[in-house]
Amino acid sequence: MSSPVVQLRDIRRTYISGELEVHAVRGISLDIHVGEFIAIMGASGSGKSTLMNTLGCLDRPTSGTYLLDGVNVADLDREARADLRNQKLGFVFQGFNLLPRTSALENVELPMLYAHRRVSASEMRRRAMAALEIVGLAQRADHLPSQLSGGQQQRVAIARALVNEPRLLLADEPTGNLDSKTSVEVMGVFQRLNEQGITIVMVTHELDIAQYCKRILVVRDGLVVRDEPVAGRLIASEELKKLLGAEAAAQLTSAPFGAK
Amino acid sequence: MRVLATTIIALRALRRNKLRSALTALGIIIGVGAVITMVSIGNGAKAQVEAQVASLGRNVVTVLPGSATTSGARGGQGSSNTLTVDDADAIRREVAGAVAVSPEVRQGWQVIGNGLNWRTSVHGVSPEFTAIRAWPLAEGRLFTDAEVRSAAKVAVIGSTVAKQLFPDVDPVGQTLRINNVPFQVLGVLTSKGFNFFGQDQDDCVHLPYTSFMSRVFRWRNTVNNIIVEAPSAAAMPRLQQEITDLLQQRRGGREPDFTVRNQLELAQTATETSRTMTALLGAIAGVSLLVGGIGIMNIMLVSVTERTREIGIRLAIGAHDRDIRLQFLIEAMILSMLGGAIGVLCGVGLAQTLSNLNGWPVLVSTSSITLAVGFSAFVGVAFGFYPAHKAAKLDPIDALRFE
Ligand SMILES: Nc1ncnc2c1ncn2[C@@H]1O[C@H](COP(=O)(O)OP(=O)(O)O)[C@@H](O)[C@H]1O
Ligand SMILES: [Mg+2]
Repeated sequence: MSSPVVQLRDIRRTYISGELEVHAVRGISLDIHVGEFIAIMGASGSGKSTLMNTLGCLDRPTSGTYLLDGVNVADLDREARADLRNQKLGFVFQGFNLLPRTSALENVELPMLYAHRRVSASEMRRRAMAALEIVGLAQRADHLPSQLSGGQQQRVAIARALVNEPRLLLADEPTGNLDSKTSVEVMGVFQRLNEQGITIVMVTHELDIAQYCKRILVVRDGLVVRDEPVAGRLIASEELKKLLGAEAAAQLTSAPFGAK
Repeated sequence: MRVLATTIIALRALRRNKLRSALTALGIIIGVGAVITMVSIGNGAKAQVEAQVASLGRNVVTVLPGSATTSGARGGQGSSNTLTVDDADAIRREVAGAVAVSPEVRQGWQVIGNGLNWRTSVHGVSPEFTAIRAWPLAEGRLFTDAEVRSAAKVAVIGSTVAKQLFPDVDPVGQTLRINNVPFQVLGVLTSKGFNFFGQDQDDCVHLPYTSFMSRVFRWRNTVNNIIVEAPSAAAMPRLQQEITDLLQQRRGGREPDFTVRNQLELAQTATETSRTMTALLGAIAGVSLLVGGIGIMNIMLVSVTERTREIGIRLAIGAHDRDIRLQFLIEAMILSMLGGAIGVLCGVGLAQTLSNLNGWPVLVSTSSITLAVGFSAFVGVAFGFYPAHKAAKLDPIDALRFE
């Protein structure tokens, strides 16, 4: 078996707010292998986001070791961690975190502007358009975030996370602000990416969304309490078809009143 | 460092926040523009005062009616009629240090000539006035002592009057009617411009004082003032004293009803006034700079939350601290340079316009431009860059959470 992309060993994270110590993550050990698609579930406040931020190198653990592709992240300086975020990690936030008043295209181009290797303007544009194509938003490249729906904004954020072809895509409640149909669409995007070999870790507190993943971790009080593969995995494209069929049926049943 | 990419990022950020960019630049424009306008006007006024003081003539001692102690020096001028032609003659005769003496009388009047008319200031003087006032003729000749004695109907005119009455003919030899009395124009004085009080000094007609008093106006023997030239600046206080003694002696034991001032005092007052004015304008300019600076500061600080989140996003995506710092530095510099340049243009333009409208001279000083642009740029960079510098050191997740 190939070595894991991510190896967490006894990761702890303690927040100190005033007098109070909050133990958000209390010793998590975890291996994530190439091609995995993991859902992290758990109640609010159980430490899911803290874990994700650690995985995404957005935050540093209080103790424990985190090996990303065999490299100990704790040994890296700020700049090297920034380069990791830019090159190996793609992060999708619950709140999208797009730059306001900036077109979808420019938002997606952003990681390339901070890439080590200089990317020409035309190359940047081409790759950004390709990423938008993957999430089905190529026609909306010129739109500002304020002109896009929540689902579309989330897909722009996914395109941005994808554009530098990361090893690991991290998404913290990517469907938290979306309706169920849009959520399934986003899961469809993730499933397609996963099939192409991108390792994905996402947080959700909806069991039916977790059913689109391959492995579910349940976190409680900063500890992993369950870790099991998904039985009866859902396929987004099929579920979408069913949803559309149901919608059509609903329209049919209301049709006699309209047609009369 | 990724300078090119960061420049693109900075330009995109400026374009994205058009309002904030415009308001920041506006702060700089106002600050820079106001300082340059104010200081230019102040410097111009100061230079003009200095030129006017010089144009008053060299080493002039002026005798005014009214006492400084009883009625206030300048306010008393012309209001009491206690100074006479005889006083002027006495000074000429008896004060050894008096190089040249001229009594001065004046009256505003409508003068007619060449089929045109013009209201101007009619002066009665002796020929020495051109020497005392350092005011040579541009063309023609001056009237003579003999013409003064005979109260001849001759005149020299200022350049404004020449322009108004004789726009297309040579004024010399033409006839001028004052109060229905015809005067022959002998010469035209050189142009002197505006005086400290904004009066056009070239808007005048000078007659022999004898003609003024006996032929044009029924004037008593009194004069508005007497001007006396001293041989040197150093001799002025002594001359002042001699004139005071003489006039005092002529008045017996009576309370002094005249004031003798020397030009140094006047020059001093004038330069003091202009210095006060420059200081005042400088203060106003300083306040505008402060207001502009506070404007810039407010815009920058108000947008700190939004910008800190933006910095969080950038850091999360892989920006280095120095990419962030460079971006904000470039943004601040672009705004400062743009605002500074527009501010300089506005300031110089406004100063020029005001000077054209009011006839004020304007001196745009490089030091005021440097100061204004430097200060605004400093404020812009300090308040635009410093919060960004701090935010760039946060962990990305803390920057994203910033509220
Ligand atoms: N920046 C912070 N400072 C202090 N406490 C925090 C901070 N972030 C999270 N916490 C606390 O840590 C715990 C875990 O939070 P989080 O990881 O956001 O949970 P989840 O994402 O599962 O809802 C919570 O009790 C929360 O209040
Ligand atoms: Mg969370």
